Amino acid sequence: MMGRWGDVFGLGFGIEAWAFFLEAVFIAVYLYGWRRLKPWTHFWLGVPLPLAALMGAFGIIGANAWMNTPQGFTLDAAGRPVNVSVQQAVFTPMFGPQYWHFVVAMYLTAGYVVAGIYAVGWLRGRRDRYHKLGFCVPFTIAAVLTPLQFFLGDDIARQIFHKQPVKFAAAEIVWDTGTHVPEYLFGRLQPDGTVKGGLKISDLNSILAGFSRDTQVTGLTSVPAADRPTTAEATLAHWTFDIMAMIGSALILLALWYGWCWLRRRDLPRSRWFFRCAALAGAASVVTVECGWITTEVGRQPWIVYRNMRVSDAVTPTSAAALWTMFGIVVVVYVLVFGAFMGVVLRMSRRWQRADLGLVRPAADGPETDTPYGPRPELPAARAADAPSPQGPDASAPGSMR
Amino acid sequence: MTADAVAWILLLAVAAYACGGGVDYGAGFWDLFAGGAERGERPRRLIDHAMAPVWETNNVWLVFVLILMWTGFPVLFEAVFSAMWLPLALAAVGLVLRGAGFALRKPTRRLARRRIYGAAFAVCSLLTPFFLGAAAGGVASGRAAPGVTASAEVWANATSVVAGLLAIAATAFLGAVFLTADARRFGERDLVIYFRLRAWCSLVAVGVLALIGLSVTRKHTTYVYHGLTHGFGLLLVLLSIAAAAATALLIGTHAPGWARYTSVASVALVIAAWGIAQRPYLVPTSLTVQQAAGATKPLQWLMLVTAIALVLVGPALVLLYRLDTHGMLEAQTDADVERGAAQGQR
Repeated sequence: MMGRWGDVFGLGFGIEAWAFFLEAVFIAVYLYGWRRLKPWTHFWLGVPLPLAALMGAFGIIGANAWMNTPQGFTLDAAGRPVNVSVQQAVFTPMFGPQYWHFVVAMYLTAGYVVAGIYAVGWLRGRRDRYHKLGFCVPFTIAAVLTPLQFFLGDDIARQIFHKQPVKFAAAEIVWDTGTHVPEYLFGRLQPDGTVKGGLKISDLNSILAGFSRDTQVTGLTSVPAADRPTTAEATLAHWTFDIMAMIGSALILLALWYGWCWLRRRDLPRSRWFFRCAALAGAASVVTVECGWITTEVGRQPWIVYRNMRVSDAVTPTSAAALWTMFGIVVVVYVLVFGAFMGVVLRMSRRWQRADLGLVRPAADGPETDTPYGPRPELPAARAADAPSPQGPDASAPGSMR
Repeated sequence: MTADAVAWILLLAVAAYACGGGVDYGAGFWDLFAGGAERGERPRRLIDHAMAPVWETNNVWLVFVLILMWTGFPVLFEAVFSAMWLPLALAAVGLVLRGAGFALRKPTRRLARRRIYGAAFAVCSLLTPFFLGAAAGGVASGRAAPGVTASAEVWANATSVVAGLLAIAATAFLGAVFLTADARRFGERDLVIYFRLRAWCSLVAVGVLALIGLSVTRKHTTYVYHGLTHGFGLLLVLLSIAAAAATALLIGTHAPGWARYTSVASVALVIAAWGIAQRPYLVPTSLTVQQAAGATKPLQWLMLVTAIALVLVGPALVLLYRLDTHGMLEAQTDADVERGAAQGQR
């Protein structure tokens, strides 16, 4: 894959490399600068971080969008790309929609995940100012972005309809090209083109794709069977697409609930159910992001470079057994690392809980026991603020903001 | 012409990674050999303290190397990664594990768990440079030629093993030199002596391994060997030896900080000598720079990207290292936060 196409679309990664550098530098300054830097210096040195993240996303999404709608080259007689145009290869048709959809998804997910953690704290009775801020700031950002993401998602679906019709057919399990195409919620595509199970809504797919029942939607059978996803792949892309859309819609309702309470009472919703949903929203948005990637990657099968290179042609001669073994190792390593990470975080949290309950921090029980990012204060005033009365003193603000 | 320029940039990036990443791996090497929990406590604390703010940045050079390879020289990338996917994949796994081990050790309290995470970090700090060095050996001995299918022979031959060991020794040398300077910076006299001794020992190890390597691998790497022992390549090798000797002297003085520059110079000069010795090949005697080069326009853009990277990333790197060496970067701890909160409350 890279041997043949590296020079055509690899440049985006070059941009990502600077972004990576800048991120590594400024995150280090941010994390390790709390103690000695002046507060404003520290703040301003953190400002480049989101910009570097946007730049990094530019490179990655540029490369992925190129795989979806490759351009910026012509093929010579031997089938190798020549006349490379870098601008065209970076700004491919799918680049814009994919970029904005992805960037907003990332900020939104980050918002819900962080807010979700504080929502759990809230449910456990921590109602201090620190928890309120910890919940409100990320949740507000995510809630504002959610409806925006709804439009961006709708837009990218329609762009796929125009620019990658076969992927659209897979995501919506459309078998034959035609008008008045029904929309299926879930359901399984059978090898003969019928759909088993699922909820069928007449004409809706045509309306969603082109705002009219008469919109013609390209079906999977418009291309030879070897050039389109299999029925199983199409069903997978369809399910992930539907799950993504469903969770997205549910998050909009949650955002509206929050907005409504804020408009009416300038305060958080009182219902515990709101916080339960908010706690779930973090995990749900991570699922949504993964579903989106599965839809776009599986929906492109059997191509790795759409209409230019099949996955099977990109594979190296390495034996399947070796590849599976390596894949197994990678999965095991990541599961172990993630498990260890969760274990450490949970233990830290338990330790701080004990500290919050007023049990004194266990005295140094071995070398180097001081942990980074310590607990919020376990002082009497903070414990008072933990009680339901919300007007506790600001003592519970993060210590780093002194 | 453009391809040559990009090849030079690639060589520079490799040298930068060998130095930046090398210091980092070297710190891990000394972490592994610091002894038990009691005896190794202070060296480990110093290593942790010195590494934490900069280790991620030091490893980004690898990303840059990869990008230069696949955008600038797609054929080289394909050849190297098809023939040696196994050591490279293992190096990648090592990178992930050592990062995770390093990060997770810090907030863990129980000694048994700290040992597990510390071991993951330290063992992978040896394995990763070994596999990367072995891959470099596979390139230098011309075994990773285009079209070669993956086999152990490509990266588990004498040249590769020597190159891998040499990589470990060089990282240990760099690590010890930098840690000596850090120990001095933090005013830990005994650790200055501790790491200084280790710097000298690892320098000797590098020298011995280099001599063995040259004699053992001579018949497999005739092209590179010739380049290293003649003309400009030889000059760079001699300069590198001079820089290493200067390091050994400087590290014994009251200003071991200067030894950091000479140690980096000695490693970078060896990498440069390797590049010069390979000219005009990327993989000796089977793939030249011109044959491996991608399309011209992306190469020109790649140079532009590099120029912008210099402008953007250069100052950021200078800032990070300055803040770090001026002691402005320090992790927060439980105690810190409590103190801060207590002050805020008053």
